[in-house]
Amino acid sequence: MTSLDLEVSSQLTPLEVAPISRTTLALFAGASGDHNPIHVDIDVARASGFDDVFAQGMLSMAYLGRLLTQSVPQERIRSYGVRFSSITPVHGQPTCTGVVRSVEEVDGVRLAVLDLQVALADGTITLQGDAVVELDEE
Amino acid sequence: MAVDRAAIGRESAPVTLHIDAGRLRFFAKAISETDPIYTDLDAAKNAGHPNLPVPPTFLFGISLEVPDPFESFTELGIDLGTVLHGSQRFTYHALAYAGDDLTMRTRIADVYEKKNGLLEFLVQESTITNQDGTLIAVAENTVVIRNRFDKQEQA
Repeated sequence: MTSLDLEVSSQLTPLEVAPISRTTLALFAGASGDHNPIHVDIDVARASGFDDVFAQGMLSMAYLGRLLTQSVPQERIRSYGVRFSSITPVHGQPTCTGVVRSVEEVDGVRLAVLDLQVALADGTITLQGDAVVELDEE
Repeated sequence: MAVDRAAIGRESAPVTLHIDAGRLRFFAKAISETDPIYTDLDAAKNAGHPNLPVPPTFLFGISLEVPDPFESFTELGIDLGTVLHGSQRFTYHALAYAGDDLTMRTRIADVYEKKNGLLEFLVQESTITNQDGTLIAVAENTVVIRNRFDKQEQA
């Protein structure tokens, strides 16, 4: 039985990804299945009142998911949720961070609640969320 | 235009997606995934998985695997250009793998407004099950609709 060593206030190793390019937006549209043109077609973005295309929220949530799965085996993740608070512009560079908010034991399994965040280089927080992960193997 | 509150409780037709390894590798490439368990079968098996695992947020897109993925918005009179993703949550019950057939069933859980209708919120709840009927995850998302009233309506 393996246990994970996460204590209250311990930080997950941050995940910094490359600045988001238009190519990334096109690849993610195809790979995720979200073909909303507002993320890949500047004409559509402008017609909807934006200056340019912007990143899919789910792209940032996927990056933050990478932070989770590099920190704990995926089968230990019980829940994962986010609120999208700001748009991520093209060339924005997301950094994903997480900290352990609490650890509690439920039915003999220690669960850690993680506070998660994605921020851009200029400090803009684009996404905030949380996850519950199992520290002990069931 | 306001979303008809009668839509609350409406369930859309289930959507099934066969999860192939190539699609998962494409997703991994798009998110710059570096962990080989998501792209390399041997690495996945060495980590104890029967096949490439479906990553945590991939499940979101299953319901979009239809000829007109945004039909549900159109039917509700929502202009896709006014829609932003507000929140997304997954509760996980089992891992899914390449080779699985995943079925997503989505219902409209709630519709509400803020700022005198300038912003509307559409809450959708989904279940994702595999070919054996095993529950993989429950998903909940909120989309924000930015309503723009023309001058006549404002006056």
